[in-house]
Amino acid sequence: MRKQIEGSRAVAEAVALARPEVICAYPISPQTHIVEALSAIVKSGELQPCEYVNVESEFAAMSVAIGASAAGARAYTATASQGLLFMVEAVYNASGLGLPIVMTVANRAIGAPINIWNDHSDSMSQRDSGWIQLFAQDNQEALDLHIQAFKLAEEVSLPVMVCMDGFILTHAVEEVEMPDQGTVDEFLPPFEPRQVLDPAEPVSIGAMVGPEAFMEVRYLAHRRQMDALDVIPRIAEEYGQLTGRVRDGLVSHYRLDDAEVVVVALGSVLGTLQDTADLLRELGLKVGVLGITSFRPFPLDSVRAALASVSSVIVLEKALAVGIGGIVTNNVRTALAGLTIPVRTVIAGLGGRPILVESLATMIRGADDLEELTFLDLRTDLVERELERSRTTRKSGPTAENLLRDVGAVGDPHSVRMAR
Amino acid sequence: MQDYRWTVFQTRFHGRGGQGVVTAAELLSVAAFRAGRHAQAFPSFGSERTGAPVVSYCRIDDRHIRSREPVVVPDALIIQDATLLHQTDVFAGLSDDGYILINSSADIHELGIGDLIAGRDPWHVITVPATAIAMRHLGRPLPNLVLLGGFSALTGLVGLADVEAAAAERFSGKVLEGNCAAAQEAFDIVVAGRAGGLGPTDRKVADA
Repeated sequence: MRKQIEGSRAVAEAVALARPEVICAYPISPQTHIVEALSAIVKSGELQPCEYVNVESEFAAMSVAIGASAAGARAYTATASQGLLFMVEAVYNASGLGLPIVMTVANRAIGAPINIWNDHSDSMSQRDSGWIQLFAQDNQEALDLHIQAFKLAEEVSLPVMVCMDGFILTHAVEEVEMPDQGTVDEFLPPFEPRQVLDPAEPVSIGAMVGPEAFMEVRYLAHRRQMDALDVIPRIAEEYGQLTGRVRDGLVSHYRLDDAEVVVVALGSVLGTLQDTADLLRELGLKVGVLGITSFRPFPLDSVRAALASVSSVIVLEKALAVGIGGIVTNNVRTALAGLTIPVRTVIAGLGGRPILVESLATMIRGADDLEELTFLDLRTDLVERELERSRTTRKSGPTAENLLRDVGAVGDPHSVRMAR
Repeated sequence: MQDYRWTVFQTRFHGRGGQGVVTAAELLSVAAFRAGRHAQAFPSFGSERTGAPVVSYCRIDDRHIRSREPVVVPDALIIQDATLLHQTDVFAGLSDDGYILINSSADIHELGIGDLIAGRDPWHVITVPATAIAMRHLGRPLPNLVLLGGFSALTGLVGLADVEAAAAERFSGKVLEGNCAAAQEAFDIVVAGRAGGLGPTDRKVADA
């Protein structure tokens, strides 16, 4: 059914169609509308059997999901930003134990300074946690990926994080095609756990493992993620057969065939990039866009195949590895090992900074002159003022507050005092 | 594929936190969807405090909408709170022949924005007393659907029936009836030229 609804609502309905048996979550912007909608669906009785567990923190949310999944229930949770950080220990446990939990991350920046808006810092901080990470480029893909995530998680016995841009997608109202329950039931069989805590047949899960076998447990987790590189496209294909929406699952191609400059990115900025590519092609520039849907496992072969014959690659990243720069870039460079294609990093959209077509077009047109690492629309005037302050004053004060005063967002306490 | 900005119609809403600016954009997108168009509504990513200036956006097109950039060059502005006119640069980026719909009982001259709209098509700049109309029909200051009724008449972008269909997805009973009657009244005011006039259908929409 075609609907014009908010992204959060679309995801909540899609999760409900997957018939989770336990949903446990702690609200945090911009994830809130998803779990609000799900709690209403559970309360209404239309999703049965399902228990919605109100928990007191994100640590508890993931812990409940672990317990539920280990007991054989299909389990779902959602979080963002500081909430994801707060549950990290349990996040690693979920993947280490091989429990097929599905979690939405409504991508949001991480403080300090506190910021509720979108970037990819939160998901990127968990890229090595052992979870599969899928990034949605629009709300249609977000809802489709959630339904596929349950099947994928249960097939490879690994948890799956579906990442969607906070506010930009979660709060956007747009058209989606919602599959019906019959289609989802046909696609997604009931959960058949590989391991289950059952009083009738007692086993223990989560034993201490010493040097004699720890490496092997980790290696097998890696093997399962490598296997997922085959499973993800197959599931995407099966889903496409049922719904008519065929996607590759690992990557998305846009005007790559004859492209000379290709921008690689994840998430909702891909739409803006596709419009920018059209604009630049009208001006005669052969621009293409490569979207990475599956960031973990990272599809090295697909990325290499897509980029092997282009002349320049720009990786547009919504997260910053302070002290080195790009995160996705390193993965792309690994995919292109041995080739001499220049790969440059552009950091954009941190903390919700709008990513404008105009800025992207200017950046791509000047691709050949880009530094290895660039920050899109960085306000150098603000940066210089703060650098000057710290050069000239020992007690220069807190950086974030200084910058807020410079942009006029808060009053200068000194001038207020003077005025009095 | 050509530059999306040639075919899309972009509306920017200005109001204050708590006035339903985000809901207004959502309702317009639903009305456009009901009219068989593609639409995308989203909030600005600024402050969300009650009373603080808030912005939201709605894009309408005849093809799938992909861009996520905020609306920087709007084709229309819907201003829910006239006190914002002198506080923030609400007209920023508005195309030369863009539409301006202001919720106010005062007319354009009384609002003291003559300088800001100098050179604009006078038929594209109107006020509608949406809050007053809402108070009469609903007993509450909820100007959203009233403004969309006026917007329907002003731009011809969505029909009044589409606005009413959007309202019906969100409201029922007396609230729905009141909203529809209020939207109709605003529509009639604009059509009758009592709000400053009805401009010709926007070129881009007519061409689309």
